[in-house]
Amino acid sequence: MTVDRRTVRESATFPPSVIAEIQRAADQGIYDIRGFGGKRRLPNFDDLVFLGASTSRYPLEGYRERCDTSVTLGARHAKKPIELKIPITIAGMSFGALGAHAKEAIGRAATEMGTSTTTGDGGMTEEERNSSKTLVYQVLPSRYGMNPDDLRRCDAIEVVVGQGAKPGGGGMLLGQKITERVAEMRTLPVGIDQRSACRHPDWTGPDDLAIKIRELREITDWEKPIYVKVGATRTRYDVALAAKAGADVIVVDGMQGGTAATQDVFIEHVGIPTLPAVRLAVESLKELDLHREVQLIVSGGIRTGADVAKALALGADAVAIGSAAMLALGCNKPVHEEDYRAIGAEPGYCHHCHTGRCPVGITTQDPDLERRLPPEVGARHLRNYLTVMVLELQTLARACGKSHIHNLEPEDMVALTIEAAAMAGVPLAGTDWIPGRTAF
Amino acid sequence: MTVQDSITVDLAEVSVRDLNQRLHHLTDGGDADWQILNPRGQHAIAVGLMDPVQITIDGPVGYYCGGMNQNAQIVVNGHSGWGVAENIMSGVVRVRGNASESAAATGRAGLVVIEGDASSRCGVSMKGVDIVVGGSVGHMSGFLAQTGRMAVCGDAGADLGSSIYEAVIYVRGDVESLGADCIEKEMTDAHISELAELLTRAEVAADPSEFRRYGSARNLYHFKVDHADAY
Repeated sequence: MTVDRRTVRESATFPPSVIAEIQRAADQGIYDIRGFGGKRRLPNFDDLVFLGASTSRYPLEGYRERCDTSVTLGARHAKKPIELKIPITIAGMSFGALGAHAKEAIGRAATEMGTSTTTGDGGMTEEERNSSKTLVYQVLPSRYGMNPDDLRRCDAIEVVVGQGAKPGGGGMLLGQKITERVAEMRTLPVGIDQRSACRHPDWTGPDDLAIKIRELREITDWEKPIYVKVGATRTRYDVALAAKAGADVIVVDGMQGGTAATQDVFIEHVGIPTLPAVRLAVESLKELDLHREVQLIVSGGIRTGADVAKALALGADAVAIGSAAMLALGCNKPVHEEDYRAIGAEPGYCHHCHTGRCPVGITTQDPDLERRLPPEVGARHLRNYLTVMVLELQTLARACGKSHIHNLEPEDMVALTIEAAAMAGVPLAGTDWIPGRTAF
Repeated sequence: MTVQDSITVDLAEVSVRDLNQRLHHLTDGGDADWQILNPRGQHAIAVGLMDPVQITIDGPVGYYCGGMNQNAQIVVNGHSGWGVAENIMSGVVRVRGNASESAAATGRAGLVVIEGDASSRCGVSMKGVDIVVGGSVGHMSGFLAQTGRMAVCGDAGADLGSSIYEAVIYVRGDVESLGADCIEKEMTDAHISELAELLTRAEVAADPSEFRRYGSARNLYHFKVDHADAY
């Protein structure tokens, strides 16, 4: 008997994807742990557009007039602030989650572009230190690989309170990725699941954080800028408390931020999008009269020069990219397709970082797979991508008449949706209406 | 370099920052004993030291005294605040009084001796350090302890060794409760001998045969839904 398709009706509450997940959970008895970031549709920078100069403003000449992209980070308290040529930094990604080739490629590209890279949960590798001229060393709850020698040889220190993919949660590096080298760096047995802690072992709360930051400054003779990274949730308060605790730089990671391995339910249901997080963070710093004195780095779903321009226009000093940098290295590229299928993935849809079987050699410790990513080739691709982003950023800034990318401002933008207008604090296009602030 | 017998620094007159800078860039006093007066509970005293200097601090210290220590021998003649000797790499940090929370947190090597009591989370996330506590420890001590040894001459609070990995915990007194995946293990002659050596090195008088040994059941090393109720 054939099915009359006119009588088949999909449930909005229980569509096939939900049915499949319920039945997967029933079969396996465990939640889905995966890599990558949030996949659901969220209000984002695409919902904003720039108001290019016209009769009321005049633009800068595209291929003639200078548009500066330099940024200084950490001059508030540190003796040796960081000077970057571009406002796009590379976010923390652990050795362990990523292989050594990927880390080296990222370091090389960042150095050539005059920007910084960041270590991750697992400590600093020689490859990374040697390849990255400006390296930010993370102090994470797990303290895997933590040591004072690396504190002294880094260029800045980032105290990680949380990350956008899982604010309030710790990571889980599954046993299949724990090689001897990774295990040794983390002081744990080979092959076991590694649960990274969700909170720091020796401080709780902002008053303690201030003391912790002072200790780090004392150990490093007050030379290094100290960042505090938070996942975007109660951003207004978290930013204010981090600033009060003495941070030189605050990193706010929106819920689109990636992860090597976290519960899907965490990735998709905890935190707020990057778009409102930028506005909240800037407002918080302005309330304290610390905007620009404490620099703000924004991350989580930054993909293009347009995203960068919009984040800066909202008041960020720089952005950080993680997932996008991996994509530039070749993540999800349609090559070695049989190896994608072997781990249950497809190019373009893969989030199987947690398996350690990355078909393009990025999130793996397997030497054969890693050979697919020669560091010099990965570095070239990432450098190209960063170059394109900077050109895009400058193009948009010049169109708004800005000779420095930090001169972009919220008034240069309008929103295409009511949600984005409310979240970003810019008017809905064609109106003067900022929901929550002005009457329609 | 002039070798001196003793250098005295009075923290009522000199800032902690100045003291630490001197200790990080020793042009004199590398072979000397340093006497630190009037610490008055200040934080981050003698952190990030690299040289094998002898330091005696006369009075109570605040947070993170001796943090990330390498090679130095530090004695606190008083109580300590949170995170004493946090992430210690080598050398010795000795507290003659009590220690507040998270003593020797994430310590990687070296020896930390608390002659009095230690508060909660003593040895949290320890990664190879040896810890000897003359008195008792608070709850969740040895939480997420990875490697290293902790000997407690008194009692242990609730949830001892919760989510412990390969670290070994010895307790002479009562244990209020064991945390997730922590079990009592056989105390063999080899363990008694190892503990005796540790106690001797810590200069703490206790009979090693009176201790019990605790470690990981290793049931949580790979996440299985059958163990979900262990947390």
